[in-house]
Amino acid sequence: MKAAKFKYIRPSSLDEAINLLSDFGEEARILAGGQSLLPTLNMRLSQPKVLIDINRLDELQGISHEGKHIRIGALTRHVDIAESDLITENIPLISEAIEYVAHVAVRNRGTFGGSVALADPAAEMPACTLALQGTLVVEGPNGRRQIRADDFFHDLYETARAPEEILVEVQLPIRRSGESFAFMELSRRKGDYAMAGLACKATFQDNRFLSVRLVYFGTELKPTLGENVMSQLEGREWSETLAEKVIASLEDDLDPVDNLQGSAAMKLHLQKVLTKRTLAEVVQRLGNV
Amino acid sequence: MKSKGAITPLDRQHSYVGRNLSRDKAKRAVNGRGRYTDDITLPRTVHAAFVRSPYAHAMITDIDVDIAKAEEGVVLVMTGAELKELCTGPWVGTLSVFPTMKTAPQYPMAVDRACWQGEPVVMVVANSRAAAEDAAELVSITYKELPVVAHKETALEKNSNLVHPDLKDNLAYEKVIDTGDVGEAFAGADHVVEATFDFGRHTAVSLEPRAILASFEKDTEELTIYTSSQTPHMFQAIIARTLGLPEHKCRVVAPFVGGSFGLKIHSFGDEFAATAASLKLGRPVKFIADRLESFLTDIHARENTVTGKMAVSSQGKIEALEIDILSGVGAYSQYPRTSVFEANQILNITGGPYKHQNYKARMRVAYMNKVPTSQYRAVGHPIGNSVGEALVDLAAEKIGMDPVEIRRRNIMEDNSYPRTTASGIEVADMSHQKCLETLVERMKYDDLVQERNSLRAEGIFRGIGIAAFIKGTAPGPAGYYGAGGAPIASQDAATVKIEPSGNIICAVGVTDQGQGVDTVMQQITAGAVGVLPEMVRVIEGDTDATPYGGGTYASRATAIGGEATYQAALALRAELLRLAGALLQREPETLDIIDGNVVDLGTENIRMPLAEIGRIGHFQVAELPNDIQPQLSHTKRFRLNDALYIFTNGIHGAYVEVDCDTGFITLLKQWVVEDCGRVINPILADEQVRGGSVQGIGGALYEHCIYDDQAQLLNGSLIDYLVPMASEMPDIDVAHVQTHTGVSELGSKGVGESGTGASPAVVMNAVNDAISPFEAKVTVQPMTPDVLLKALNRI
Amino acid sequence: MAYDFLDIKLIVNGEQVSARVPARMHLVDFLRMELELTGSHLGCEHGICGACSVRVDGVVVRGCLVLAAQCDGSDVLTIEGLSESKEVVDLQNTFVERNAMQCGFCTPGMLMTAAELLAKNDKMARNEIREFMSGNFCRCTGYHAIIDAIEITMEARREEERS
Repeated sequence: MKAAKFKYIRPSSLDEAINLLSDFGEEARILAGGQSLLPTLNMRLSQPKVLIDINRLDELQGISHEGKHIRIGALTRHVDIAESDLITENIPLISEAIEYVAHVAVRNRGTFGGSVALADPAAEMPACTLALQGTLVVEGPNGRRQIRADDFFHDLYETARAPEEILVEVQLPIRRSGESFAFMELSRRKGDYAMAGLACKATFQDNRFLSVRLVYFGTELKPTLGENVMSQLEGREWSETLAEKVIASLEDDLDPVDNLQGSAAMKLHLQKVLTKRTLAEVVQRLGNV
Repeated sequence: MKSKGAITPLDRQHSYVGRNLSRDKAKRAVNGRGRYTDDITLPRTVHAAFVRSPYAHAMITDIDVDIAKAEEGVVLVMTGAELKELCTGPWVGTLSVFPTMKTAPQYPMAVDRACWQGEPVVMVVANSRAAAEDAAELVSITYKELPVVAHKETALEKNSNLVHPDLKDNLAYEKVIDTGDVGEAFAGADHVVEATFDFGRHTAVSLEPRAILASFEKDTEELTIYTSSQTPHMFQAIIARTLGLPEHKCRVVAPFVGGSFGLKIHSFGDEFAATAASLKLGRPVKFIADRLESFLTDIHARENTVTGKMAVSSQGKIEALEIDILSGVGAYSQYPRTSVFEANQILNITGGPYKHQNYKARMRVAYMNKVPTSQYRAVGHPIGNSVGEALVDLAAEKIGMDPVEIRRRNIMEDNSYPRTTASGIEVADMSHQKCLETLVERMKYDDLVQERNSLRAEGIFRGIGIAAFIKGTAPGPAGYYGAGGAPIASQDAATVKIEPSGNIICAVGVTDQGQGVDTVMQQITAGAVGVLPEMVRVIEGDTDATPYGGGTYASRATAIGGEATYQAALALRAELLRLAGALLQREPETLDIIDGNVVDLGTENIRMPLAEIGRIGHFQVAELPNDIQPQLSHTKRFRLNDALYIFTNGIHGAYVEVDCDTGFITLLKQWVVEDCGRVINPILADEQVRGGSVQGIGGALYEHCIYDDQAQLLNGSLIDYLVPMASEMPDIDVAHVQTHTGVSELGSKGVGESGTGASPAVVMNAVNDAISPFEAKVTVQPMTPDVLLKALNRI
Repeated sequence: MAYDFLDIKLIVNGEQVSARVPARMHLVDFLRMELELTGSHLGCEHGICGACSVRVDGVVVRGCLVLAAQCDGSDVLTIEGLSESKEVVDLQNTFVERNAMQCGFCTPGMLMTAAELLAKNDKMARNEIREFMSGNFCRCTGYHAIIDAIEITMEARREEERS
């Protein structure tokens, strides 16, 4: 199927892009990597009037070390994340997770910002951004503002970004000593969106969790914190029995729905399995920190 | 027929048969020089798109095409009712070999009632595909929804909704076979095992979708069609009949075909509509199905539930087998074949490798408001083999016998042919025993068992699967397509001729979709005539240039078309030797042809290049004695006699690991040993088996057309319909046992479906072996994590 | 302002090309319909099958998920150009010898992807090759032969490097 007609424009500055977005309003869509947008256009599932191509905006490029965080420009391609030493050294969770993102041709084109802004509930990068307590920088007609990842993901494909705002960059805190991470995902085939997935950040002392953050994806409408499980882990001494015990309360954190991949019961079960495995993994890694 | 094992020209040292020869089409494909239907555009080509029914069952109460017609670039808008007027009559997808079968008549597009979601209702033709789609969105159709038949389980109940009220019920066909005394065998059996198996609907997903470019010359009433087809002559016959054209003025060309797997042997309304548009417009009309409409409108297959029961003695002797098949098909039986054929194959081949004498099978086929099902690679075999082989494993488990051992005790002996299976089919020239022992050796079965057992103790759950099979290949004229009444040739033909240059042209009715049919014919011709392979060019896929044949389906190309080629090449060889004898004043029997030269038999001293005979035979005919009229071109046909098929056999092995917490299955390795008779080109045969196996794995693990209760397809895209990709597929070890068939001199049987036919069976058996410590059983395909976790009682 | 049609200039297979394209036309339709470069195929048009893989500005992309308009100023390489460059002639020959394709419809996309694999790696485990190639669908071969062909080519290149 061929895309329905639309107009195309390629602004040469971020200001221009924001003005265009304001002018066209809901008729316009931002075209970043296009790896999620173009399929919906080619299937005529979405028929915007105008595409605003931001691919050549230099302001949105690049990965840099800025104080206590790493800044990832919204247009940074997945391939550049995967190949970045700055990321590998400072944000190991992202390095681990990026391996699960799609396939080479899509990674060459798809962008970090596009993925986070779209907020696909089964995507890896939004979950990691939430797990890492990143900060999202958006810019609109009223200027720039920062949104904490905790406040960003609202519902299915709904985020705190206003329609006339563009995601400019994501700031991810540099790993601190004592922190450990683990990432696990189940998908039927390499590169598919997750059926169930879990991104974890934890600190540990004397065999006890000081803090732990568990972000579930692939089973909910948005990347979701496992708050009940987290609170039951914090301060507790690690054991497999503890893991076994806490996963029961995952039912209070998650509310999966049946879909093409399987039943809600299966999804909850898989998240429980991943929770056990991820906790065991992160603890083992903490031993090596 | 020659006795088996006689030395033929193909067995000679100088023959190119049995060797790996690269495919010419492959050389083009790697450079992006393949020429598929969509790569061909004629002057003034316009493009078709369809408005399709969004409902599985609905009356079409009003169609308004005015706005669409007025769109820029639109040249034609045609409704189903308008197309009906251009047709000679409806299609009726029955065959006389299924005497009580019923189906509703069908036109290429819905006329006043749509019977499945995706059925074409209005065609829009415009100067680009995009413009046609734009205008299609402007067609306004009013529907009145009708009750839907969405589940085969309830379709045959008395109070069910009806797909076609005229048919009175949804039963397409019912058949029972009953041999021996099944009742007594079960009553007296030491052990009985039973289970119910469920197989999801899936579809062919050829990477190149269906495609046609139809070009009608109004002045001469000549129609040229380029289409992605396995069966150009059949397509010619059907298009001529349906649209009332003189058959000899319809040329059908199948250029490069981007995968087919049975999909492209059928008649799809879209292609007929596009051709009708060309007739009306006098312009070339192109229709290329996009992926979304492929999922909605390509034939589907495999939707069956089978209950099976096996009686076995304590010593492991299979005493009886009973199965009950409920087959869920679409709204119509797919013309010009039928949709009941799959169930019929299940009935024919289940338990086919074994010696039991008591067999009872019932098949019932139910219409539903879904896209028609029909013949997809290895029709019925994945199901029949899965059922039969799972029951054998259940029996083995029941009596505590190794799965290899129980098969060893029950498979037909290699020296016991010809014989008849319990289902009544005649089989010959098989090699179950040799295949089984070869498999055991190649798998290193005992080591594998040991490894599995020791890993099991560590909490790693691996499983070994074994699945023997028979496969009907190369159907004969006594069966479905000859006696059945369809205009489908079960014979095939080849013309082999020498050119003035001494090179050889071989034109065949069978076609190539990448299997290497052309290369196989090249090798047979080279071997039989006695020339270098590069001296042979093969022509296929063009009704203007090839003798009439059935095309390629049901693993028939080499078995049927290959024998025709062989005989035509032998006839040419005989004539060339006669001509050479006359020119050299020698007895033809004292001469031979090797690598394109006439030589002395035995010493191989070169006497004359074939180029010399080509030159004389075409130009300097006066050099020949007056009593010789050179023919230089020989056409031979080949048909089976009264055999339904040339049956092949083989056996698969698989090694899998199951993560019992997640229900994820990892395929570690697969082995296939099969017997396709004489192998013409080993690497081509191997890759048929490998590719076919992965298609079987797709059905076993991933592929599933998922419908809701309103018969709406929920996953009709490559995003949601999962096909097997490289990462998850195993390496596959392939070996061949070559028992030549006695029905031809060539001795080849079909090979194209030996992978697909038993792959789902072997994977399911391996998975069940892996999860056996949990006393769990999986009997549902595809075996998704959800299915596994339920079987394991984890959810 | 925003345009229904765009004038683009780009390099395709080493040649300068100028064209006016509809905004909605994706790159592969442009290559196939406007430039008659029919070696790039459309298998799904939603970014899954990989048959449309082409190289844009040095990296392999899904040609159906890039607009022609976006390629203004870009350097595009298709299977036709890749073949003429001889960059992977060894791989192409091995594909033929190993029969690593049947219908050939996926083959150009496979080769475009494999070209990037070979450019970036000189040693990979078999399962790593499988993973790298996992975004390209082949319905015919079952992949085994394709993986063989890539592995054989990589090994041969390593051999050549050593000698």
